[in-house]
Amino acid sequence: MAYSDKVIDHYEHPRNVGALDKDSGDVGTGLVGAPACGDVMKLQIKVSAEGIIEDAKFKTFGCGSAIASSSLVTEWVKGKTLDEAAAIKNTDIAQELALPPVKIHCSVLAEDAIKAAIADYRKKSGQSGDDADQAAG
Amino acid sequence: MTNMTISRAPGQPIYLDYQATTPCDPRVVEKMLPYFTEKFGNPHSRNHRYGWEAEEAVEIAREQVADIIGADAKEIIFTSGATESNNLAIKGVAHFYKDKRDHIVTVVTEHKCVLDTCRHLEQEGFRVTYLPVGPDGLIDLAELEAAVTDKTVLVSVMGVNNEIGVIQPMAEIGAICRKKGAFFHTDCAQAVGKIPLDVNAMNIDLMSISGHKLYGPKGVGALYVRRRPRVRLVPLINGGGQERGMRSGTLSTPLCVGLGEACRLAKAEMGAESERLHMLRDRLLNGLRQRLPEIYVNGDLDRRIPGNINISFAFVEGEGLMMGVKDLAVSSGSACTSASLEPSYVLRALGLDAEMAHTSLRFGLGRFTTEAEIDYAVNHVAEAVEHLRAMSPLWEMHLDGVDIKSIEWAEH
Repeated sequence: MAYSDKVIDHYEHPRNVGALDKDSGDVGTGLVGAPACGDVMKLQIKVSAEGIIEDAKFKTFGCGSAIASSSLVTEWVKGKTLDEAAAIKNTDIAQELALPPVKIHCSVLAEDAIKAAIADYRKKSGQSGDDADQAAG
Repeated sequence: MTNMTISRAPGQPIYLDYQATTPCDPRVVEKMLPYFTEKFGNPHSRNHRYGWEAEEAVEIAREQVADIIGADAKEIIFTSGATESNNLAIKGVAHFYKDKRDHIVTVVTEHKCVLDTCRHLEQEGFRVTYLPVGPDGLIDLAELEAAVTDKTVLVSVMGVNNEIGVIQPMAEIGAICRKKGAFFHTDCAQAVGKIPLDVNAMNIDLMSISGHKLYGPKGVGALYVRRRPRVRLVPLINGGGQERGMRSGTLSTPLCVGLGEACRLAKAEMGAESERLHMLRDRLLNGLRQRLPEIYVNGDLDRRIPGNINISFAFVEGEGLMMGVKDLAVSSGSACTSASLEPSYVLRALGLDAEMAHTSLRFGLGRFTTEAEIDYAVNHVAEAVEHLRAMSPLWEMHLDGVDIKSIEWAEH
């Protein structure tokens, strides 16, 4: 299976690998996927008082495309508002990384991870889940 | 001898996938070459020298194949490979004896070509029992004995598994089959040339052999069919009645010669080669164990051919790992590498959790594997696993003492 240069670059030099304090009030954590399916992504965002994502970290168990998808979205969400981050689509990720059809689920999982992290942050900061869903939709 | 090498072009990965296929031994190729050009006769031509010299070469090859499994040359049928041999053995016997017996016993970890053939026969109305294996990959002989009835025509159990390299107890299986009056077929594509085999001592009635798994050419194999007591088959391919009527079609003299020479070499070198591969495999496993915690060998370690080791590297996904070990040509039991998107059915049959099946790599060592390659592989794999564990959320949880099974995962 041939990987695109961008997938290989993110795999070999993943951006923003690591962890933020999940108990901190300004950190949202999304954990999606399942070990049995061969993909687990943990995406964390640190949100400023102004509602801007100022840091993002990830850890991923999965194939190269899953690692690249999560690495890419940590780059993309930084500096964005929550609504802007929630608007990132899996198709954008798949296109940027030139994922083949069998790897589209990796980009879907990365989109899910952003949404889950945002929802976690909003829940912590007292914003309602409905708002989060609307923002995500 | 075994220290000969096949040169690897710069940038070519180290080949550690000898259960997928083996390179043709240069000595085998050398023996084959004249039969493409000057000695090109049809081995079935009885009227001139071209035919006679081709026939003589084929018959020598037949003896060489017979010799490595303790059979008589007359009991060897040349085929296109082990897939055809398995089809011919299973369908051929089932169809010939269908009025008397309609039951087949096989094992869940067999190669796809055996399982698919059995599924096909089930659609025709045959009954098939698929025996489970234990965590060691081996069948339970008591379960086998209980499964074989007076309606069982054939028991098909592979000699050596292609993914985990474990060796089934062939002599014991053969004894049970003989006692119960069922024929014993064994897919020995991965066994011939790797372990000593004797069709009489093991009561084997049919055995499938592959050329390209033992340093012979691709596109040729053989089926051993016992003559006393006689095993009869309905052929898959009809025609001029070659191969005792069981497999029509003009034989490829160079391919038969290649298979014969490959068998001769494998038999002559088996003892020394087995010892050398055992040493290399121990070096690989011990090297990895020294560098990495949480690695597990899949299948029994001792009852296994020396050229195979299948390891799960917990908390890293197999395909991601394969990408990290790009200097090695290995196989993974991960879903992502197969068309089916399911993790290896062989590893699942051992009772492995899907998540552990996803983390496995198969290393296949062979005739041209060197100590330097193994040492390189140990370091390369260890670095890749460390790189991936550093970014694995599951490894992080493991280090934090979180039981991954306690989490409610949303399976997708």
